[in-house]
Amino acid sequence: MTVLSAAIFLPLLAAAVLAVTPRVADRLVSWTWVAVCAVDLVLVAVMWAGHDGGVAYETRLTWMPSVGAGYHVGVDGLSLPLLALTAVLFLVCAVFSLGRTYRVRAFAALFLFLQTVCLGVFSALDLVLFFVFFDLSIVGMYFVIAGWGHGDNVRSALKFFLYTFVGSLALLLGFIALYLGAEPHTFDMVALTRDPPLADAPGPAALALLAVGIGLAVKTPVVPVHTWLPPAHTDAPAAGSAILAGILLKMGGYGLVRVAMPMLPQAWRAHAWLIVALGLVSVLYGSLVALAQENVKRLIAYTSVAHMGYIVLALGAAGTVAGDAAARRIAVTGAVTQMVSHGLITGALFLLAGVLYDRAQVYDMARYGGLARRAPVFAGLVIVAAFASLGLPGLSGFIAEFQILTGTIGGGTLWTAVAGALAVLGILITAGLFLRMLHRTLLGGPGPLTGRVTDVRAGELTAVAPLTALSLLIGIAPRPLLDMIEPASAAVVSLVSR
Amino acid sequence: MSVLGWALPFLPATAGGLLALCGRRADRAAPAVAVVVACVTLALAVVAAVTRPVVRAPFLEGLPVGMAIDGLSAVMVVTVAAVSLAVVVFAAGEMTAARFFGLLLVFVGAMLVTVTATDLVLLLMAWEVMGAMSYALIGFWWRDPDRVRSAGIAFLTTRAGDLGLYVAAGAALAGGGSLALAGLADAAGPWPHVVAAGVVAAALGKSAQLPFSFWLSRAMAGPSPVSALLHSATMVAAGAYLLLRVEPLTAATGWAAWLVAWTGAVTALALGAVAVAQHDLKQLLAASTCSQLGFMVLAAGAGAVAGGAAHLVAHAAVKSLLFLCAGAWLTSLGTQSLPGLHGAARRDRLVGAAFVAGALTLAGLPPLSLWITKDAVLTVAAEESAALYVVGLAGGVTAAAYAAKTLVVVLRPVGTERPGRPVSVWEKAPLPLLASAAAGFGVVVLWWDAWGRLTGDAGTRAPGPGGLAVSGALAAVTMYAAARLAHRVRRPAVLADWLLLERGVHRLVVSPVMGSARLLARFDDTVIDGTVRATASAGRRLAGITDHRVELPLDRIVRDVGRGVRGLAALARRPQTGQVHTYYAQAAVLLFALAVVVVLAG
Repeated sequence: MTVLSAAIFLPLLAAAVLAVTPRVADRLVSWTWVAVCAVDLVLVAVMWAGHDGGVAYETRLTWMPSVGAGYHVGVDGLSLPLLALTAVLFLVCAVFSLGRTYRVRAFAALFLFLQTVCLGVFSALDLVLFFVFFDLSIVGMYFVIAGWGHGDNVRSALKFFLYTFVGSLALLLGFIALYLGAEPHTFDMVALTRDPPLADAPGPAALALLAVGIGLAVKTPVVPVHTWLPPAHTDAPAAGSAILAGILLKMGGYGLVRVAMPMLPQAWRAHAWLIVALGLVSVLYGSLVALAQENVKRLIAYTSVAHMGYIVLALGAAGTVAGDAAARRIAVTGAVTQMVSHGLITGALFLLAGVLYDRAQVYDMARYGGLARRAPVFAGLVIVAAFASLGLPGLSGFIAEFQILTGTIGGGTLWTAVAGALAVLGILITAGLFLRMLHRTLLGGPGPLTGRVTDVRAGELTAVAPLTALSLLIGIAPRPLLDMIEPASAAVVSLVSR
Repeated sequence: MSVLGWALPFLPATAGGLLALCGRRADRAAPAVAVVVACVTLALAVVAAVTRPVVRAPFLEGLPVGMAIDGLSAVMVVTVAAVSLAVVVFAAGEMTAARFFGLLLVFVGAMLVTVTATDLVLLLMAWEVMGAMSYALIGFWWRDPDRVRSAGIAFLTTRAGDLGLYVAAGAALAGGGSLALAGLADAAGPWPHVVAAGVVAAALGKSAQLPFSFWLSRAMAGPSPVSALLHSATMVAAGAYLLLRVEPLTAATGWAAWLVAWTGAVTALALGAVAVAQHDLKQLLAASTCSQLGFMVLAAGAGAVAGGAAHLVAHAAVKSLLFLCAGAWLTSLGTQSLPGLHGAARRDRLVGAAFVAGALTLAGLPPLSLWITKDAVLTVAAEESAALYVVGLAGGVTAAAYAAKTLVVVLRPVGTERPGRPVSVWEKAPLPLLASAAAGFGVVVLWWDAWGRLTGDAGTRAPGPGGLAVSGALAAVTMYAAARLAHRVRRPAVLADWLLLERGVHRLVVSPVMGSARLLARFDDTVIDGTVRATASAGRRLAGITDHRVELPLDRIVRDVGRGVRGLAALARRPQTGQVHTYYAQAAVLLFALAVVVVLAG
C-alpha cells in the first residue's frame, strides 16, 4: 500500500464508513468530511515533495490477467498537479458545504466517493482502470445533480449522464482498439506508451484516435459536443458545479496528453490541423456564446468551453512537428497549467455563484446590481476571480494562456500562427463578457434582488479565498508548478514526435 | 544591488495591494501611508537611476524575465516616481479611501515595471496590470453606471491593442526564441514584421493614438488625480515609451516606422483640432494629451528618440500640473465646464499662476519647455519628410489655439466672487514644483549631446534656431488670434464628438460582435442542442415505434399462441369429467376405433 493508493482510497473508505454509520450528527459528518479531505491533501503534498522526476509511487497488482489489465497506478509531472488540484478543490467544497443541512451524510459520502474516482483517473496507468474511474465519475456526478440540484435538475442530470456516457462508450471502443493493436495485447498504459500500437496502420490508428477523441471531446467539452454542460451546471449544487468544471472537465484534457498523444502519435500529428481547428472554434464560439448569456452559471459554463478550447488548441499545435520543439513544449506546459488554473478559478466562480443562489435563488444577472455595496467581500472575490479568468497577469490564467498562445504562434508554422493569432481574440471577448457581468451584478445601482444578498459567511470565505490566493500565487511565482510540469510536457512532445 | 531593482516597483505595488485589501479599515491611515510610500519610491528611483541595477529571474521555460535600468529607463523611473508623488500628495487633500490609494500605488508599480522590463513577458504583464488598475481607478465611483461603462470602454479598447503584444511575443519566439526587447529586431524570417505590427498596435492603443483615441475621453470619468497620473507619466506615456524603446525594430522593418510617424503626426493634428472644439476643460486636456502624445509617437517613428523622451518628460510635468489645477477647481467650484470656470485663475492666485504657466508651456510659447522639445522632434522629422514636418507644425498650432482658449476663460475678470470651497494646502503643495519643472525643462537643450547619449540616441540633431523661431512665432501669433477669435468660431460637431470614433467603433465592432454573440447563442440552443434533443426524442420515438409496431404485434402473436394452446387445453379438459360411465364410453369408443384400425390395417 503506497502513499498513492492510500490517497486514492482514503476518501472511499471514509465514504463507506459514513454510509454504514447510522444517525450521526450533521456537524460531525461535515467535519469528518473536511478532516478526511485535509488528510488527503497532506498525502498529495507529501507525494509532491518527494517526487523527483519520472513515474513515481508506482503500484502494480494483477486484476484481470486474461485481458492484460491490472491495478497499475503511478504519478508524474502531468498527474501530480491535477491530483493536487483535486485534493484542494474537494477540501474547499467540503469547507464550503459546512453549513448544509439537507441529507448531509449522503452528500458527504457521495463527494468522498467522487474524490476517490477523480484521484483514480489522474493516477491510473492502465486503460481499463482509467476507464472504470472515468465512468464512475459520471455516475457520481449524476447523483449529485439529481439528488441535490435545483430547477430542472433531474432532466439535466439525465442529459449529462446519457451524453457523457455515450462519450465514454466511444472511449471504450478506442481503448479496445488500442488493446487489439498492441503486440502483445495489453491495456497497460506504460507499455502502450513505450511501443505505440497501430504504428504501421494509419487507417485503424486514425479510427482509434477518432473513438478516443470523441470520448474525450465530450468530456472536455469541445464544440459541438458541449451542450450537456450548461444545463448540468445551471441545475447542479454549487459544490457539484465546482467539481464538475474544476475536475471532471480536466479528465478530457488529461486523457489527451496521457493517452491520445503518446499512444497514437502518428495519427495525432496527421490530424493536428483538425485538433487545432476544433480548439480554435471552441475558444471563439464558447466566448461569443458566453457573451450573450443572461444567466451567471451558464455564462461561466460557456467560458469553460472557451478555456478548455485553449487546451485543445495548444495540444493540437504541439502535434505539428514542423514547428519549433521549444515552442511546442511551452504550449503543452501552458495546456497543463490551464487545467490547474481553470480548476481553481472556475471552482471559485461557481462557488460564488452558489452564494448568490443561496441568498436569492436566482442566477439572472438582470435582477441584481450594485452588490458591491451590500456585499463588499463577495464583490472583491468575484472581481479577483473574474479578472483571473479573463487572463489578467499576476493571476494564474495569464500564465496558462500566455504560454498556450505564445507556444502556438511561436511554433513557427503559418497555420498554427494564424490560429494562435485568431485565438488571441478570445481573451478580448472574455474580458468583455466578464466586465459586462461585473457591471450588471456588482456595480451600478441596485436591482430588484440586491436587497436579499448578504455578504459571504466565514465558511464561504474560508473556502473561496484559498482558491483566489492560489491563483495569485501561481500568477506571480509559477516556477514551483512549472518545475513539476515542464519535464513531463517535454516528454509528451518527444513522444508525440516519434 | 538586485534588492533595489526588485524593491523599486514592488514597494508601491505591495503597499498598494495591502491598502486595497484592507479596505475601509485603512481609510484613516491611507493618505499618509501613500505619501510616505511615494516619497520612498522617488528616492529609490533616483538611486536606481544612478546605480542602474539589473535583475533577472527564471519564469517560463527558456523565457526568463528581467528588469534593467539604462538611460531611457532612468529618465522614465524618475519621471514616473516624481509625478506620482505629486499626484499622491494632491490626492491626500482630496480623497480618503484606502482603496483609491491602494489602486493608485499598484498602478505606479506596474508602470515602473513597464519602463524597466527587458523582455516582452514582463512588459506585457505590467502593461496589462496597469490597464486593469486604470479600469479600477476610472470606475472608482462604481455606483454611477456611466462611469463604470467608461471604465469598461477604456479597458477593452486598450486591451484590444494589447492583443498585439501577445501576437508579438509568439512571433518573437518563432523568430529567434528570445523575447528580449533589445533583440526583437534580430528575429529571423518574416517574424520581425509581425512583432513590429503587434508592438505598434499595443503602443498606439495605450497611447490613445488614432484610431483608439476615444478611450481617453472616457477616462475622464475617474477622479482628477487619476486623470493627472494617467495622462502624464503613466499609462498613455507607456505606449510612447515602448515605441521609443523598440525604435530599432520599427526602423528595421521600414513600414512600421513610417506608419508610427504618420499616425503620430496625424493624431497630433486631428486630436489637437478636437481639443480646440471642447467645452469641457478635462475633455480639452484629454484631447490635448492625445495630440501631444502624437509628437512622441512621431518622434519614435522618425528616430528622434532623444527629442521624444524630452517631450515625454516635459509633457508629463505640464499635463499633471494642468489636470491637478482642473481637479482643484472641480472640487472647489464644482464644475469642469469652461463656461463655468470664468475667472477661475483669479480666485486662488497660486493655482491660477500654476495653471497659466502650464497652459503657456502647452501652447509651445518660447522659452518654455514644450516649445523646445517639440521642435527637437520636428527637426528630426523634417529630415525624414517635409510633409511630416508640416503636419507636425500644424499640430503645434492647434496646441497654441486650445491653450489660448482655456487661458481666455480662466483669466477673464469676473464681477462677483462666487462661493466655493478653498483649495487645501495638500492640493497646492505640488503645484509650484510641477510648474517650474514644466516651464523650465527646456534647459535640457543646453546639454543636448549628453541628453542624447543618456537616452541612447547619441549624435542626434539639436533643435536649430530657424525651426525654433518658426514654431515660436507661430505659437505666439496663433495664441493672439485664438484669444481674439475663439468665441466667434463655430465648433464642428465631428470635432466636438471626438471624430465620432467611439460611435464608429460601436457601430463597426461592438454591435456586430454583440449581434453575432446573440445569434450564436440562439444557434447553440436551437441547432446544436436542438440536434441533441432531436436525437434523444428520435430515440424515444424509435422506442415508441418498436413498442407499437414490433413489440405489440410480436406480443399479440405470443398471446394468440397462448390463447390457442389454452383453447386446446380447454378442449382436452372436457373429456375429463370424473364420472366412470363417460370414461367407459370413451374406452369403448377408443377400443372400437382401435379395432377399426387393426381391421383396416390387416
